[in-house]
Amino acid sequence: MKDLVLRAVPSIAALAAATAVSAVVIAAAGANPAHAFAALLDGAFGSADSLSETLVKTCPLLLCGLAVALAFQTGMWNIGAEGQLLMGALAAAFAGSRLPLPGALGIPTVMAAAALSGAAWGALAGTLKLRRDVNEVISTIMLNFIALGIVSYLVQGPLMEIGGRYPQTDAVLTGLRLPRLIPSLRVHAGLPVALVACGLLYAMLYYTVVGYEMRAAGLNPIAARLAGIPVARRMFGAIVLSGALAGLAGAIEVMGITFRLYERFSPGYGFTAIAVGLLGRLTPVGVLLAALFFGALEAGSNAMQRDAGVSAVLVSVIQATVVIFLVAAEHGRWLPSRPSTAEEALQ
Amino acid sequence: MNLLSALLSSTVTMAVPLLLAALGELLAERAGVINVGLEGMMLTGAFAAMVTTYFSGSPLLGVLAGVMAGIVLAALFGYTAVQRNANQVVAGVAVNLLAVGLTGVGYRAVFGVTGAALTVNSLKVLPLPLLAQIPIVGSGLFSQTIVGYVAFALVPACAFLIGQTVPGLELRMAGENPHAATAQGVPVARVRLMALLACGALAGLAGADLAVVYARTFVEGMSAGRGFIALAIVIFGRWSPWGILLAALLFGLATALQFHFQALALAIPYQFLLMLPYGVTLIALAISAGRTRAPAALGQPYLHE
Repeated sequence: MKDLVLRAVPSIAALAAATAVSAVVIAAAGANPAHAFAALLDGAFGSADSLSETLVKTCPLLLCGLAVALAFQTGMWNIGAEGQLLMGALAAAFAGSRLPLPGALGIPTVMAAAALSGAAWGALAGTLKLRRDVNEVISTIMLNFIALGIVSYLVQGPLMEIGGRYPQTDAVLTGLRLPRLIPSLRVHAGLPVALVACGLLYAMLYYTVVGYEMRAAGLNPIAARLAGIPVARRMFGAIVLSGALAGLAGAIEVMGITFRLYERFSPGYGFTAIAVGLLGRLTPVGVLLAALFFGALEAGSNAMQRDAGVSAVLVSVIQATVVIFLVAAEHGRWLPSRPSTAEEALQ
Repeated sequence: MNLLSALLSSTVTMAVPLLLAALGELLAERAGVINVGLEGMMLTGAFAAMVTTYFSGSPLLGVLAGVMAGIVLAALFGYTAVQRNANQVVAGVAVNLLAVGLTGVGYRAVFGVTGAALTVNSLKVLPLPLLAQIPIVGSGLFSQTIVGYVAFALVPACAFLIGQTVPGLELRMAGENPHAATAQGVPVARVRLMALLACGALAGLAGADLAVVYARTFVEGMSAGRGFIALAIVIFGRWSPWGILLAALLFGLATALQFHFQALALAIPYQFLLMLPYGVTLIALAISAGRTRAPAALGQPYLHE
């Protein structure tokens, strides 16, 4: 317990630093920081509706944050959660608007399709790294833009709604939408799905041999290899599973909130997820707390923009400060210090 | 012929910011630092340049402000990634987030919600005597603003700096083998910081070019992935200034083609052209596996005691 508290200290300090920096930015922008923060808090927690919105934003951030945490822990610098999320959302929007299945069968099927689609996008980066020695940071960044291009092309072309005027896909069939947890609020069944994923990932990382081997591969690939751990296979498995989690995030967003895919579908969940993963110290429990925090920020920032006149993108400043503070304060000691090369992993 | 001339002209226009940012990234990467924050440095440079030009009326002052803004962000990045040995990729991602936030909040604070129609003075186009009269290529190549000429002049300058000078040698040593460099008395951390500051200056200049020369306004997120294309250009250009020039022109052409679509009657969806730089880079990387020429210590924090 004491260990847990100690490990949370840098995260809490980072949050304090982020609050201070954003207060300065708000003041410099000519607004009242106290007023802005009050509006933000109210927008995130002030009513049942805002609480529900916070949880709605938490869902994709939690799943993508888990994706980032798993990949980073295994030494795979997956910057591609955004692209993997989009590919998942694409599969979900495609299957969800076409599969005439009853919900009990159809919803898991559509989710599985989305997870597979995201996993395939992750596997592409994994294969490029392990087979062709292509740095996964570069490949996942490139794959993000390619996913964005594919979505842009499909929603304006082959997958554009039938008979519609907007560049978006057909709506997800009513039977395949995620049920709401409380009828009057938007918070949906994606939340328990994300929580279960969080629990399963925790169990896998800390209570199974595969999880142990993944963490070992990230901490020291050379030592892991000498200990007989199939490092390359574990790294590949991690980025595939990471892609699946991000793809699932895309699915629940499509099936629970937007019901359609369009060009500006994700407000950068996959990038915010990097901050979520780091703030959560790359552990599933930490990621859950960090996702709640950033979910509240996303939900509250709109209220802040409306009521205090401070642009909602202030959230990005907060995210950046948290990340910079965390990595600078610790010399990156709790992260694998650099991307390991395929050579190290394969030898 | 008119079309060809116009296409060449917009290719060069689109290539200038890409070239500037890519040359900056080249310096950082040859010193062993991968700067994923290039995109954010461009965006901040664009914002600073636009605001300064708007209030001072002087685009030249605006460009200088853009350069300064890039340097400031690069200093922050350098402090995090070099002085504090933080993971370079993570620090770069943070710089991008910071830039999106600061420029977004700043734009709203300075110009309010409606600012779409604001335009600023642009830099003067300086046609080179005689050369600018050459049919077809003249107007595209030899009628640039000062920033355009600087961008192209920097190609041989960087080649000379990296290949033929002592600072260039130190730069390469820091990027290839920082431990051996230290043993030779090269101050690795300082070399990397200097390379990063130069990178920030060039990225800021690239952003300023976007805002003051190309768009003559600022739009949130206007760098639109160009920083990442520049990252791709460095790889595609195989970490050499001349290769980067070619890659920047090629990717500039891909962007420019979108504007001449109807005239060219191309049957390719424009999104494919948008994706082209990223796809081409991935394929190039996959093909060149095993004989990549990336600096050996790229991405490695150098733990100085």
